[in-house]
Amino acid sequence: MSDTDILVDDSLGVRGDNFVDISLDEMIPNNVDLSSDKQLLRALESWRPDYIDWWNDMGPKGFQDAEVYLRTAVGVDPAGWAKFGHVKMPDYRWGILLAPQVEGRTIPFGRHKGEPAWQEIPGEYRSLFRRLIVVQGDTEPASVEQQRFLGATAPSLYDMRNLFQVNVEEGRHLWAMVYLLVKYFGRDGREEAKALLERRSGQQDNPRILGAFNEPTPDWLSFFMFTYFTDRDGKMQLAALAESGFDPLSRSCRFMLTEEAHHMFVGETGVQRTIDATCTAMKNAGIADPYAVDAVRALGVVDLPLLQRKANFHMSVTRDLFGSEISSNAADAFSSGVKGRFNEAKLADDHVLHDATYAVTRVVDGALVNDDVPALRSINARLLDDYIADCQGGIDRWNKTIERAGIDFKMSQPHKGFNRRIGEFNGHRIGPDGTILTEAQWATLHGDWLPNAADMTFIDSLMKPCNERGKYASWIAPPRVGINSQAGDFEYVKIA
Amino acid sequence: MSETLIRQHLIDPEICIRCNTCEATCPVGAITHDSRNYVVDAAICNACLACVPPCPTGSIDNWRTVPRASAYDLASQLEWDALPEEVEQLALAVEPVLDSTAYGATIPPWSAAHPFTNLYGPKAPEKSIAATVTGNVRVTEAGRDNDTHHIVLDFGAMPFPVLEGQSIGIIPPGTDEAGRPHHARQYSIASPRNGERPGYNNVSLTIKRVLTDHEGRLMRGVASNFMCDLEVGDAVTAIGPFGASFLMPNHPRSHIVMICTGTGSAPMRAMTEWRRRLRHSGKFEGGKLLLFFGARTREELPYFGPLRNLPKDFIDTEFAFSRTPNEPKRYVQDAMRNRAADLAGLLADPLAHFYVCGLKAMEQGVLLALRDVAQGHGLDWETIAAALKRQGRLHLETY
Repeated sequence: MSDTDILVDDSLGVRGDNFVDISLDEMIPNNVDLSSDKQLLRALESWRPDYIDWWNDMGPKGFQDAEVYLRTAVGVDPAGWAKFGHVKMPDYRWGILLAPQVEGRTIPFGRHKGEPAWQEIPGEYRSLFRRLIVVQGDTEPASVEQQRFLGATAPSLYDMRNLFQVNVEEGRHLWAMVYLLVKYFGRDGREEAKALLERRSGQQDNPRILGAFNEPTPDWLSFFMFTYFTDRDGKMQLAALAESGFDPLSRSCRFMLTEEAHHMFVGETGVQRTIDATCTAMKNAGIADPYAVDAVRALGVVDLPLLQRKANFHMSVTRDLFGSEISSNAADAFSSGVKGRFNEAKLADDHVLHDATYAVTRVVDGALVNDDVPALRSINARLLDDYIADCQGGIDRWNKTIERAGIDFKMSQPHKGFNRRIGEFNGHRIGPDGTILTEAQWATLHGDWLPNAADMTFIDSLMKPCNERGKYASWIAPPRVGINSQAGDFEYVKIA
Repeated sequence: MSETLIRQHLIDPEICIRCNTCEATCPVGAITHDSRNYVVDAAICNACLACVPPCPTGSIDNWRTVPRASAYDLASQLEWDALPEEVEQLALAVEPVLDSTAYGATIPPWSAAHPFTNLYGPKAPEKSIAATVTGNVRVTEAGRDNDTHHIVLDFGAMPFPVLEGQSIGIIPPGTDEAGRPHHARQYSIASPRNGERPGYNNVSLTIKRVLTDHEGRLMRGVASNFMCDLEVGDAVTAIGPFGASFLMPNHPRSHIVMICTGTGSAPMRAMTEWRRRLRHSGKFEGGKLLLFFGARTREELPYFGPLRNLPKDFIDTEFAFSRTPNEPKRYVQDAMRNRAADLAGLLADPLAHFYVCGLKAMEQGVLLALRDVAQGHGLDWETIAAALKRQGRLHLETY
């Protein structure tokens, strides 16, 4: 038909219903049919004001009125989950999104292997699931709290935007876990959801559950190391939970994994760009020796040995998050189909692990030995090993940059037992190379391996805000590509 | 063109963080990886761009124009530390983009019946017409994503004469958030001129329940949900009819090529049914009907069942499904290329008429397929396209 005789709006064809019904569940983008479950909707609506209060109290300090160029997920398909636009963080649309249901999915491991995945939680595993979901959920607001002061020292608007993107997505991950608690755990779940907003990172009387999440993130190097190393623990845990027999948990975690990729991107490229700035400055100044620390620091960049010490700290603290290498709780969670292994589907064993063993590194009579331990009890050890392997890729890419600059230095992962407080290595002093040390040796040497007081003073001196469009602090190189392919001087944050 | 150029999709290994999101997202399995790189298989990738928004780094959005025969293979991509430089392809031209507005006709074919338009509406003496719902059935399989309804409206004693290809405007009851009455929404009529039920003053519509907006955000379409939820006996306020060019030829030896996706099938159903009724009554001299029908999956096809029951010598139907699990994506233009020989004959035939209805995105592919078919058979595409437009024989109705 021609255009001339159309009285109604142009292109209002069969799918041209462009007008939105305002309904409460639109505030919460979701693909869980929230509007049809009135009880759940009410529970979430009453939790939401507390969440916003928490966000205003404990979210990024000083930037709640800034317009931030954020990505909002409003659906799980490629078209729906990356909507970019400037929004004020308290107005961010935190949603509840689950990866699409796989028809006929069965439990992939443990004693229920092959049975249909659970759509409701079996009574006997209720407390186990509740604990896992609460622990996972607790890390999400914790990291927002840990990072809440970083906005004030952002090395650029681009980095500030990335920080806030990570923060709002951690907030969304909290929503994802709260949805599961409220929907599947009744009154207990509602109480847990409330408690998630009451604990505070680093607070003496009501701390976050896991140790590493009570450490402050004092500076941007820590933030990058945290997003590379600690969020990667999050990735491993989510991947293991994505295998779960409880289908809504699995689907939640699968979608969270796609978001977690952004956090790892912030970490990997943050460190990469720091190294880039250092190598470029060294080259321009004609410095080839990476250990000429004073000369390098005088250039306003971070010396590579300091970066290695920062990395050592974050790696060792994060490894503790995997829990005891040998654990009967982990064995239970696996056998009962609650939590699987990383890439469970790609592993070529029986997925039941009755008779299998796994080599776990332990300290026996003052020496490191690899013991064959029943595989069921070494689920955590295995996840930690998978994690360490997963960490290596980015480190190799960092090293390529250093190598290309002609500087003789290599970033590396310290030995698994270095600086550990939980599990097999707790109580032992082990150097980055795996040497077992006496307490006295450790006391003299640890300042070479972990950030020392002089390091922290220097980093403090570097952490000055750089809020001009398209400008970057001296110690970090600009990114190679803008977020959503934006131009170099794009105003990622419009500071109020 | 002796050699085809393609835009090859590549991932920048210097920027990629190997997070696996693209591989997990790719609907056709074109992306793989080893311990070093993530790579795209040019033989499988169909440039659907599903992997682009989820990529956290932007490394995914890289393209090189290369001759198809020398596309970068997986083995070489796996070796890369950086993307290769773009090689200038001076001697060859990249696939041109066809401007669809230059091809669609704005007048009907010469043998079309004369349409009535705008009998009801803001500028007509009668502002609207009341219709009564006499049928509402779901025509796709159950499932939230593809809830399509076949709805019959009866006008009682009031005239609402229509031709196949025309459309009707429906005014949803109530007001929008600003308190204004809702705009009318336009739907193609799916029934022939003498009624969904011959001899009755009714029309049928094909309506898909809209649950997301164009960008995939959750959004309940006001009109489509109103329509899909109607019950027999409910009243509906309508305006129209609309449309004076997307009309079928009545010449008994005219051929009709119909290319549609989803609910774009409505006018095709109307034309097919009118021809079927004509043939039934003997007033038909054997013009060909050729239908290319695309949907995401077989389950989403409205009228799939009845269409399959039509005899092959009456209508020749090619389906294309873009989301059948474990099968490569197939679009209507792919189906058209498969039938190049038949289409070439029809392109050269002044009795053939082409109708395209569906999503906007299909226009390019359909036009390029028609052009390639013409050129592949030694026909001068631009001459044919100009004739099709001037003679009202190529109609594009997309939204």
